[in-house]
Amino acid sequence: MADLSTARRQPVVTSTPLLRQLPAASRFVLRGVPQALVAALGALGLPPGDSSCRAVRNDVRAALWLGPDERLLLGPADMAQEMSDLLQRALAGMPHSLVETSHAQAAFEVSGARAARALNTGCPLDLDVASFPVDMCTRTVFAKAQIVLWRTGPETFRVEAARSFAPYVTKVLALAARES
Amino acid sequence: MSGDFRATSGGRVDRSRPLHFKFDGRDYTGFAGDTLASALLANGVHLVGRSFKYHRPRGIIGAGPEEPNALVTVRRDSARLTPNLRATQVELYDGLEASSQNRWPSLGLDFGALNGLLAPFIPAGFYYKTFMWPQSAWHRLYEPKIRAAAGLGRAPEQADPDTYSHRFAHCDVLVVGAGPAGLAAAAAAAASGARVILCDEQPEFGGSLLSESAAHCDVLIAGQPADRWLADTVRTLALHPRVTLLTRTTAFGYFPHNLLGLNQRLSDHLARPDAGQPRERQWQVRAKEVVLATGAIERPLVFPGNDRPGILLAAAARTYLNRYGALSGSRAVLVTTCDAAYQAALDLHRAGVSIKAIVDVRAGSAEGVLPEAARRAGLPIETQSTVIGTSGRLRVSAIHVQRLDASGGPAGPARRIGCDLVLMSGGLTPSVHLFSQSRGKLAWDESLGAFLPAQAAEPVRSAGACRGVFSVAAAVQDGTRAGLGAAQSAGLAVSAAIPEMPPPEKSAACLLGALPAPPGARAGKAFVDWQNDVTSRDLALAAREGFRSIEHVKRYTTTGMATDQGKTSNINALAIVARELGKAMPQVGLTTFRPPYTPVSFGAFAGFARGELFDPVRTTPMHDWAARNGAVFENVGLWKRARYFPRPGENMDAAVARECLAARGHCGIFDGSTLGKIEVVGKDAATFMNRMYVNAWTSLAVGRCRYGVLLRDDGFIYDDGVVARTAEDRFHVTTTTGGAAGVLALMEDYRQTEWPDLNVWLTSTTEQWAVIAVQGPNARRVLEPLVEGIDITAAAMPHMSVARGRICGIPTLLMRVSFTGELGFEVNVPADFGLAVWQAIYEAGQQHGMTPYGTEAMHVLRAEKGYIIIGQDTDGTVTPDDAGLSWAIGKSKPDFIGKRALQRPALASPYRKQLVGLLTRQPLHVLEEGAQIVPATQRDAPAAAIGHVTSSYYSASVGRSIALALLSSGRSRVGETLHVATPDGDIPVEVVSPVFYDPKGSRLNG
Repeated sequence: MADLSTARRQPVVTSTPLLRQLPAASRFVLRGVPQALVAALGALGLPPGDSSCRAVRNDVRAALWLGPDERLLLGPADMAQEMSDLLQRALAGMPHSLVETSHAQAAFEVSGARAARALNTGCPLDLDVASFPVDMCTRTVFAKAQIVLWRTGPETFRVEAARSFAPYVTKVLALAARES
Repeated sequence: MSGDFRATSGGRVDRSRPLHFKFDGRDYTGFAGDTLASALLANGVHLVGRSFKYHRPRGIIGAGPEEPNALVTVRRDSARLTPNLRATQVELYDGLEASSQNRWPSLGLDFGALNGLLAPFIPAGFYYKTFMWPQSAWHRLYEPKIRAAAGLGRAPEQADPDTYSHRFAHCDVLVVGAGPAGLAAAAAAAASGARVILCDEQPEFGGSLLSESAAHCDVLIAGQPADRWLADTVRTLALHPRVTLLTRTTAFGYFPHNLLGLNQRLSDHLARPDAGQPRERQWQVRAKEVVLATGAIERPLVFPGNDRPGILLAAAARTYLNRYGALSGSRAVLVTTCDAAYQAALDLHRAGVSIKAIVDVRAGSAEGVLPEAARRAGLPIETQSTVIGTSGRLRVSAIHVQRLDASGGPAGPARRIGCDLVLMSGGLTPSVHLFSQSRGKLAWDESLGAFLPAQAAEPVRSAGACRGVFSVAAAVQDGTRAGLGAAQSAGLAVSAAIPEMPPPEKSAACLLGALPAPPGARAGKAFVDWQNDVTSRDLALAAREGFRSIEHVKRYTTTGMATDQGKTSNINALAIVARELGKAMPQVGLTTFRPPYTPVSFGAFAGFARGELFDPVRTTPMHDWAARNGAVFENVGLWKRARYFPRPGENMDAAVARECLAARGHCGIFDGSTLGKIEVVGKDAATFMNRMYVNAWTSLAVGRCRYGVLLRDDGFIYDDGVVARTAEDRFHVTTTTGGAAGVLALMEDYRQTEWPDLNVWLTSTTEQWAVIAVQGPNARRVLEPLVEGIDITAAAMPHMSVARGRICGIPTLLMRVSFTGELGFEVNVPADFGLAVWQAIYEAGQQHGMTPYGTEAMHVLRAEKGYIIIGQDTDGTVTPDDAGLSWAIGKSKPDFIGKRALQRPALASPYRKQLVGLLTRQPLHVLEEGAQIVPATQRDAPAAAIGHVTSSYYSASVGRSIALALLSSGRSRVGETLHVATPDGDIPVEVVSPVFYDPKGSRLNG
């Protein structure tokens, strides 16, 4: 019988000099009581991450604050099982919900001096670095799609879009990138 | 030829760059920096259009957005055709082709002008009075004819090939208008460290300063000549990193919470725009503070014959001369009610135009600085005089002037003054459009004769001419004040002292409304609204006919409507109505200003949301396989779903029949990935589910599935789906494709607002899983060799069970469920593996007769089993009992959403419509979905319908047509014969059980 475990295929997105697709990732949506969230992040080697709309990260993992009771946990694609084990151990006995969503989203990076401007084609937020500083993150909209937007550097953003919306979001961004 | 009416020097046009253009097929030449209007005037062309109603010859009267007459169509190619552009705002480029509108066969000879002879029969509101009977003729005859005869340019008929862009922006201070006040405001705000956006509709910043003569300007700003101040200020702003400068950008709308819509025109001024670059960009700017520096618009004068080509606003003629070096004529008469317009006569005189007379309507001897200068220059001034008419066919050739007596009426002999240019000025109207759009209150300033911004409703301030501060020096001071104030209010530390607020200028009150005219109708038409052909008599008539509200007068006479929205006409119209009604101006009030300030193209609003990007197109992980295998897709919400897989030569019916038979006879494979999925997790998950869904969930064992029904709080079915309990504290809930987002929102709403005490959380997993339905008697045979870690035998994995394991090495959540009535599984795998697993199952299925089937076959298969589809067999008024689903309700539960509503007597009535099956007497006749059911007895039309058909198909498995219906008292009518009404006559049907195939359900448990 065929083993298809190497046949993973991410949705195809439109790349431009402004935009590159990021490798597949492990994703978990963690929701629960505050102490569960802190415990989980601790187990992943992350600081508590309880500032609203801020991401915390280390070399391999990150946790994005998406709501008072919700974090999006990110890690390398091949570490889903390890993350799941770590989290379940740390969360034992604490009210929470841990749901893997690794495949539910596609991620890409929008970078360069024109990154914020291009994102403002469809995102109504103020992306000035003073208003939306590095490591700020939020669930927002891009044109007619919902996205999670995380500023990973002064001129770099990580965009997470639901997999079926990723082609749309990247096509609109490609149009924005063509503007001089 | 650069035009016979081009001044020898001066202006901001580039005389070294001639541009060739066509107007109505004739070749002309202008210069870089010209507008179409200035280039036409420089060529001596005044006649540019025919009026809306009377088809009167019309010329250019303004130099900016207020222009009501000079509406042209600019054509780049057969698809790039823009009607109704104001020639005063069309920048000239080499090769521009423009044409006039509303004339046939030509501008000079227009048969529509016969309407002018019919004028007595087409007064204000004529279409309300004249075209009343017969009523049916309105749509067939009157309206189409009126529309064809009147009107503006024609809309292009091809799709717009250009692209349009959108951009959101934020700033501390948005300054609208880059005249002296706006520039000063932007400079002051920027110097305070504010993030500033400055926009102006013109291609160049400067506003009124651009209309000053460079050679003769004596305006000083901050001790510098105005043109040097302008250049320095713009240069400083351009270098400022926190300032965004937007030329050719109109702030067209002011929306709540300081959101302004800006329309930036990027390529219309270019002879050869770059391919792929957007034509326009729409900005949505959220500003902490707004400074409006939108200037003022000169009012025309209302006198008989005031609409002939060659009659211009005085300030416009001055702009054409000083900014474009274009002379509007050679022999001019100025008619004015204020001092400021004398400057136009002086400038034109200096450029060599012969000033035949200055007709000043005011009494007295005109003693201001400018009238004195005119007198010194030897210009003939006639005070206390009025205009009683003009002559000329396609261009003004003379003006008829009469003295006013002590009572203010015309008296004495009329004098004819030959001329080819009449300049008129009734004073300035501050542009309060945006302030009014922001819901700010306007106050009437009697001494100025203008409405001015008063209480603001948003963080906004006005500066300069738009609040009656007209002189350049005062406007600059006012702008500085507004800019610093705005920066301070935006939270910035302002170092400079904020100047005093200059008061609006107390210029001598100008005359508003119509000039004194001789009594009687002989005098000819005195136009108030050029664009809509509304005369002073029309307004007076409306008042006499009883219209009191200015809003009603507007709608009755159409004054102030159409593309210019009354920029030149509103105040004069208001004054005329006020005089007729014997009321003061503020008592009559002003009509509401609405966006847009000037017309905005549809493309700018659409932006990139067109064609394939109109909406997101959602596809499943297996989409490409379906496309490769010939699937015909249908839209389900934003999703593309494979509807059927026709083989060569098959139509839909044939393909669907084959797919259905394959699923029942062997096995089918179906993409169910679009189903909504919600993970409900937490210690209180079962409690939460009990409260949301009608079903009893506590008793559902881990590893089992149940069909769930979700009601709204009014007791009607909202959604349904199979729910799997994968752990004590975890439910995998599926929803309909279209209901996914709504169900999650409903759940989250109840969770957060009604039951925050529950330890339960929700996560959408719709896109985490690819769902591959394998259905049919061979389903287990196909899957058995591929699945690891799950015993899928009938005994170990019965119908409505769920298990975790692997398929082809991929983790799977395997559910034994069926929407076909056959032995079936739904293989959930992480979405990135969906395609690979699908292909593996499909290949393995080939030896078992596996056939892909689409949503159409799925619909037929489920209808054969009497399974409902939400939104097809339900319509928001169907209870669980109506749909035959009472069995699903957990009877002992204390509560669930909709439970109390179900206890209403109306929802327990035995006459409610209930789900039944229908069989036509003719077995091949497929009923129309939505058709009404009527009793079978002899009847007179109209009969009351007692039900309707909800689903109807030809069923290959049953070998005949089948239908589901909602029928009053349906379950007690089984066995009856009823009729389905159609336009071709009644169709007899028998009422049957809604389960047409395998009523015992033995195949499910195979």
